[in-house]
Amino acid sequence: MSKPEIEAGDSVHPGNPVIVDRYTVAARINHWVTAISLVLLALSGLALFSPALYFLTGLFGGGQLTRIIHPWIGVVLFLSFMGLFFRFFRLNLWERTDSVWMARLRAVLAGDENKLPEVGKYNAGQKMVFWSMSLLILVLITSGIVIWDQYFGPYFTIEQKRIAVLIHSVTAIVAICVWIVHVYAAIWVRGTIGAMTRGQVTGGWAWRHHRKWLRDLVTTGKH
Amino acid sequence: MFTPVPNPTTKPVPAKFGEQDLIRRSASSITPPAKRQTEVAKLIDVSKCIGCKACQVACLEWNNLTEDVGVNTGVYDNPHDLTENTWTLMRYTEYENAESGNLEWLIRKDGCMHCEDPGCLKACPAPGAIVQYSNGIVDFVHDKCIGCGYCIKGCPFNIPRISKADSKAYKCTLCVDRVAVGQGPACQKACPTQAIVFGTKDEMKQWADHRIKDLKSRGFKNAGLYDPPGVGGTHVMYVLQHADKPQIYASLPNNPSISPIVELWKGATKYAGLAAIGAFAAIGFLHQIVVGPNRVSREDEENAERLTEGKSP
Repeated sequence: MSKPEIEAGDSVHPGNPVIVDRYTVAARINHWVTAISLVLLALSGLALFSPALYFLTGLFGGGQLTRIIHPWIGVVLFLSFMGLFFRFFRLNLWERTDSVWMARLRAVLAGDENKLPEVGKYNAGQKMVFWSMSLLILVLITSGIVIWDQYFGPYFTIEQKRIAVLIHSVTAIVAICVWIVHVYAAIWVRGTIGAMTRGQVTGGWAWRHHRKWLRDLVTTGKH
Repeated sequence: MFTPVPNPTTKPVPAKFGEQDLIRRSASSITPPAKRQTEVAKLIDVSKCIGCKACQVACLEWNNLTEDVGVNTGVYDNPHDLTENTWTLMRYTEYENAESGNLEWLIRKDGCMHCEDPGCLKACPAPGAIVQYSNGIVDFVHDKCIGCGYCIKGCPFNIPRISKADSKAYKCTLCVDRVAVGQGPACQKACPTQAIVFGTKDEMKQWADHRIKDLKSRGFKNAGLYDPPGVGGTHVMYVLQHADKPQIYASLPNNPSISPIVELWKGATKYAGLAAIGAFAAIGFLHQIVVGPNRVSREDEENAERLTEGKSP
């Protein structure tokens, strides 16, 4: 790979410890708008999905308001995620080393990163989260529009809406599971959360988890 | 003639059934009452209907509803479909009977069928927004309705409508407020030919048998009762001249049942979905306990420092 695997804003600050800029302010705001929308959507969606969780409608001011607000948050999430998509998709394109990484998932889960190929800005797991979320959100917004009766009711048949509501529920469940993987990975790999709060990680973190990215930053002289 | 329900007393009487008689309540589990009330039913004899729409007017009148002035498109159906205000609608079909060579005017009074196994109630996510009384009446409780339209997806007959005014779902109540004090539904009361009759479900079946015999003696050899078993039977039934082909009556479903998609959505998906979410969370928790956190070591930091200083790590 000749092209350096870095995004705009990534840079290294030598020192003790080394500090690496990973996400710009704009990327972080974009991420947190998406994150908050996703959490609110999961809560309001689950409230209407299972009677056992209907009490969650209380967070949104009751059943009617939950029903009104859920699709609008969906629109916010979709637009916000589009921003993340165009920001991040280039470095999330699949490479041959990603397949090697996936094949050694046992080493990944054991935290044994010496047995893995050197990773660029994103590892194969992050790329899987990225692409699955991209696909799931596309399916969710499409099926969501079909069941958004208030504005789109007359354009679809009842049978289409039945299919859409089933697809919407199943897709949402899968998205929530992917979200759990995403959040857990950020917690498990210590030092990660700072990337999305302050925008920075330590050099050691970059060396351990994204060594190719760090090397590319150093060789391109992004200081 | 069927004996009409006598005029009720004008004195206030206590309701004969209520909250304590619910056998189903949407999005909630309830203990049904030990004793079930006698099941009621409305029987609509299509062969006796003259299409006067008195039932439609009575329904608007009793339920204090007003329908918008519509547009004539050259058919008798008015309005053109059920709406949040029109809970019952006469649907007119011109049927050419190939066997007899007659043109038959089939007039079906459409509206909620009050299914024994109500798809609307099964689909509803709001606790208590749809209830079923032990006498078979399925009713919408509007303070609890959230206007999601899931009942429309659950209904095999395409009956509920969402109001544009308050975004809540509306349909025929079988005049639950009249039945509770011993009266028949408003439509039945208004019907001038007794094409609509009301009573216990058993009585209605007997009356239907009598009507079917009569129709058969007049050459309608396929006359029969429409009480579809796919939804556990209904508390609104039809006597049809051609019970072998219900679809000719303005697309009355042949063998209605709750859509398998709705059953899957409200059945397996609900449990499997929550289980999957729980499993993912549990796996994360276990992984944390077994493997422990993935921490950056002192050595990693030193390697990074050497790399940035241009030394080989």
